[in-house]
Amino acid sequence: MLAAILDHYNYWLIIFLMMIGLYIVVSRGNLIKKIVGLNIFQTSVFLLYITIGKVNYGTAPILTGQPETFSNPLPHVLILTAIVVGIATTALGLALVVRIRESYGSIEEEDISVSEQFQAESEVNKISS
Amino acid sequence: MTNWLHHIPILIVAVPLISAPICVLFTFGANRKAAWLWTLLVSWFAFLCAIYLLNHVLENGEISYHLGSWKPPLGIEYRIDLINAFVLLIVSGISAVAIPFGRLVVDREIEPDRQILFYTSYLLCLTGLLGVTITGDAFNIFVFLEISSLSSYVLIAMGVRSDRRALTAAYNYLILGTVGATFFVIGLGFLYMVTGTLNIMDLSDRLMQLADNKAVHAGYAFIIIGLALKMALFPMHVWLPNSYTYAPSLISIFLAATATKVSIYVLLRFLFTVFGFSFDFIPLTLTFIFLPLAIIAIFFGSIGAIFQTNIKRLFAYSSVAQIGYIVIGIALSNTIGLAAAVLHIFNHALIKGAIFMAAGCLVYRVGKLTTDSIRGLGKEMPWTFSALVLAGLSLIGIPTTVGFISKWYLLLGIMENGWWPLIPLIVIGSLLAVVYIWKIIEVAYFFPAPPDRAPVSEVPIELLIPLWILIGCNFYFGIQADITIGIAKEAATILLDNRP
Repeated sequence: MLAAILDHYNYWLIIFLMMIGLYIVVSRGNLIKKIVGLNIFQTSVFLLYITIGKVNYGTAPILTGQPETFSNPLPHVLILTAIVVGIATTALGLALVVRIRESYGSIEEEDISVSEQFQAESEVNKISS
Repeated sequence: MTNWLHHIPILIVAVPLISAPICVLFTFGANRKAAWLWTLLVSWFAFLCAIYLLNHVLENGEISYHLGSWKPPLGIEYRIDLINAFVLLIVSGISAVAIPFGRLVVDREIEPDRQILFYTSYLLCLTGLLGVTITGDAFNIFVFLEISSLSSYVLIAMGVRSDRRALTAAYNYLILGTVGATFFVIGLGFLYMVTGTLNIMDLSDRLMQLADNKAVHAGYAFIIIGLALKMALFPMHVWLPNSYTYAPSLISIFLAATATKVSIYVLLRFLFTVFGFSFDFIPLTLTFIFLPLAIIAIFFGSIGAIFQTNIKRLFAYSSVAQIGYIVIGIALSNTIGLAAAVLHIFNHALIKGAIFMAAGCLVYRVGKLTTDSIRGLGKEMPWTFSALVLAGLSLIGIPTTVGFISKWYLLLGIMENGWWPLIPLIVIGSLLAVVYIWKIIEVAYFFPAPPDRAPVSEVPIELLIPLWILIGCNFYFGIQADITIGIAKEAATILLDNRP
């Protein structure tokens, strides 16, 4: 049992990271912390792909002419794309947080929902009055 | 000439992609009109390509296009059969009608110096949606899904000029959309781990022998949940109402008509082509998870819509309900049910496109769209409101409209499976739609206009023509339904072909 866990320690680490990331996204009210959580979550997926590409005793997949065992390069390539997507998401998310802070004066979800509630109520009052 | 036509499958994606950075160049002349014209030309080009592809597929069967002449499964393959040719037509068609509508509303709703960048993001969003639909490579789906999602977050956030809540709506969509897409990638990772391939056809072949593999089951669960988030199936719909409400009008039209539909297409592709019932619990998940969620979605969405005071928000809730109808069709998983799902993807795009276009006309004239701000407007804006009422009838499912055709086929599919208790539920769902459409009719036609309001005139003809084209389609395809029904039935047969 223990050996089975230790043999796959990389997967356990990835699952651990994944759950940490997802938990932060769900539980934190701070918009920046949510993005941090999202990043941890995405990074764990990058690691998952990299780890499945590794072949035991394999070298880097560079063409040397000699028949050797080498790691599967495809997951790395895929993850390069996913990293780019992740960076774009982070940049966009942070840009949105900046704009949210400019118009709401806060980056805490609770404060924002209070002022949105207030805005919605004032709209209804304006109509009925 | 024939050589050039052979490359249409890549051109339909590559032309919008390359024209996006070219569109940025218009900032140097600050030429907003040129940027709009450019987007219009690209949209129409994509629409023509989609018509060509659909015709080609109808006549000659599937197209398999190899990118850079690398043979699949090693190279990336664009594979077009009837289903995705049809979805391509929906996406590019809605875009081709929405952009002519867009110039005036974009001028009104977006800051002048942002408009060119707005059209650039729009082109990227179009690229993403077309790419997701056309590609035959599973990882490619993820990349295009993210292109379309990232650009739609930007586009939704651009509604900030009219309401700051567009920002939080875009932020929430970004968080949930990214979680959904990441779940999808985790699932693909599991499938790749076991099969060593990402080509959809190849995956489907290899998964046939791996029905008992635990990693495949885990991958299935991750992919399904990720896609359910993207298509806003009931408990995962929370991002949708605010996004559609606060987005600029053009984006509400485009996203409401196409974005969730494309995710549903990917779900169909994975459920039926990739997994293809290779293991037993796919039918179980359809019956015991998707079906109940779809029924809750219909009731939650319709009842939620009744209580809204913002009209765009009302129709956003109704979109949640309509996703429910499509998912019921999928859950039936017989030919008629799937045909109903494919039909409703098309029909709902026409209905919601028309409705959000009418809403866009109202925003153009009255700004904030609450039920009180449209009081008595029915007489002052007769063309807009009659369009809204006709599209509403189509949403309810009155005979001679497209809404009726898809609901009729849904009922036929239910009867074929003998799931009788569902029939009253669908009828009640339609009656709830009557309630929220009536609410708008009542306010617009039977309430007196507030005395202190300045007279409102009808919107310019430039906005009415695209709106009435869509209304016309709603009735044309409701009466001449043979074309769409034929395609949908054939598509359903292709999807179910993989069943052992």
